[in-house]
Amino acid sequence: MTIRRILIANRGEIAVRVIRTCRALGIETVLAASEADLDSPPAKLAHRALCIGPAHPSESYLKADTIVQAALGVRADAIHPGYGFLSEHTALARLCEEQGLIFIGPTSGQIEAAGDKLRARSEAEAAGVPTVPGDPVETTGEALALGREIGPPFLIKAAGGGGGRGMKKVDRLEDLPEAMELAAAEAGSAFGDTRLYLERFITRARHVEVQILGDGQGNVVHLGERDCSVQRRYQKLIEETPAPALSEDFLSRIRAAAVQFAERLAYRSAGTVEFLVDLERDAFYFLEMNARIQVEHPVTEAVTGFDLVAEQIAVANGQGLLLQQENIRPEGCAIECRLNAEDPAHNFRPSPGTIRSVVWPSGEGIRVDTHIGPGACIPPFYDSLIAKIIVHAADRASTLERLRLAIAQTRIDGVATNLPFHAEILADPEFEKGGVDTSYLPRFLERRRVLPEA
Amino acid sequence: MTLTAKDVAEIIKLLEQSRFDSLSLEMDGMKLNLQRSCTVPVSQTHNNAAAQTATGVPPPQPTSKARPPSKPGLLDVTSPFLGIFYRTPKPGQPPFIEVGSKVEEGTVIGIIEVMKLMNSVPAGVKGEVVEILPENGSLVEYGEVLLRVRPEPSP
Repeated sequence: MTIRRILIANRGEIAVRVIRTCRALGIETVLAASEADLDSPPAKLAHRALCIGPAHPSESYLKADTIVQAALGVRADAIHPGYGFLSEHTALARLCEEQGLIFIGPTSGQIEAAGDKLRARSEAEAAGVPTVPGDPVETTGEALALGREIGPPFLIKAAGGGGGRGMKKVDRLEDLPEAMELAAAEAGSAFGDTRLYLERFITRARHVEVQILGDGQGNVVHLGERDCSVQRRYQKLIEETPAPALSEDFLSRIRAAAVQFAERLAYRSAGTVEFLVDLERDAFYFLEMNARIQVEHPVTEAVTGFDLVAEQIAVANGQGLLLQQENIRPEGCAIECRLNAEDPAHNFRPSPGTIRSVVWPSGEGIRVDTHIGPGACIPPFYDSLIAKIIVHAADRASTLERLRLAIAQTRIDGVATNLPFHAEILADPEFEKGGVDTSYLPRFLERRRVLPEA
Repeated sequence: MTLTAKDVAEIIKLLEQSRFDSLSLEMDGMKLNLQRSCTVPVSQTHNNAAAQTATGVPPPQPTSKARPPSKPGLLDVTSPFLGIFYRTPKPGQPPFIEVGSKVEEGTVIGIIEVMKLMNSVPAGVKGEVVEILPENGSLVEYGEVLLRVRPEPSP
């Protein structure tokens, strides 16, 4: 089967990104857009835009039936889901499978295996990939026995939920019984499920993830790692490759673990295996797998020179892996800053509105992925990402220098953005040194609050 | 006097139902500016994102059929979903309506299929059908005009 026409079930910069590769490959694009996005740059760049529903995502971008009907209606061969929205819902992948449409991504079974946390954890264990020591616990006795085995500090989580509710950090073994009682009560009222999960709390952690690509037949390659430790409330802000201040031996073990995990699923398409690096124990643990193209994929493209969307399409087209591991040789360093329409002066609240004027940086080693130009409107219904600035250079110091200049060249008028906040982080000696852990950004914000700039 | 959130919601509804694109309201000490959806035209897309991605050709114009110009004096009946539009209840049967048919708000004017789910579409307006736009069995978008209806003069 040859893919000649792709329906893009997404919006914003990733829609522009996918269209760009399709154009280079001579593939027609149809954008499934909500009413609010009918005049957006991706709607103008695509060969055709279809209005699939009102602005609110639940009435447009999250309607799998409508999107598949749209693809069938325009006789598209394949659907590219981008990231977010339906990209990791089994519903869209399964409907495509039933209707004979190509889903540019993993199979619905793989999405399910990666998406269910307990299932993914057991797959990791079966693949011989280390996981954070821990287990479900039912009684205080069980918790104490497990606690003695894995050692403090601990984290108690609600087995049936997320979002921090029912989550407790416990520093001493003797405090476990009381904390469990509290956590069970909280979990019960929040999720109607008092089951608990006890694991080791990683005090100083870094978030390192590995980009992989699989052909669905069990062949998997990796394209190196990305360090995404600069996070605010689990939202990544700055990503870079290679991961700084970790030994080549350590990194090669992480990369191998990611490949092992993806091989076990006979994973198809591009995916990311995320790990938590425990800096105190010099160990890493499987966190989760993201079964989609990721926001931060351009840093990998910058150092490897490959187009990950083109590779996704090749795999979807049945051409298998065009890349062989020995031909993937990352060169230099790349760092990405995510520009969001949010106001750092007001606790990062979203600032939708109309862009009056905008100047993007340009020059050697600078890439800007965006859907925003002058007059562009940032609707309040969607996430606040407006652009990604990606810089590539020979080493980390020169990449940082180039990125600082790129950020300084950038001007966005009309809405508040986190642009000045990026400039501050890039100028911070601790970030410049490299290898910060996930507590860095909260500490940075605290320092900034205590010592406001003169 | 101040506006509550409920008042603003009410004003938004009025704007949505009107034929205007924007509304400015100024009253003692406060100003309210409303604009219908995000339709600010992008006069110029940026080179890094847009132009460089193009292969030297200007980007094609969007071809979405949603929001076409309406005709003066006629009411538009628009599609409530994206789907396949059918004018007849079943193949071979007479159409629900023809040009010249009189419709009431509840009159079924066609069926829209979304993945085997058949949704009947009511006219929503009262009057005489002047024009039926989509072909039977064609894909219609959300908001695409299905019919133009001449409203019945009020008695």
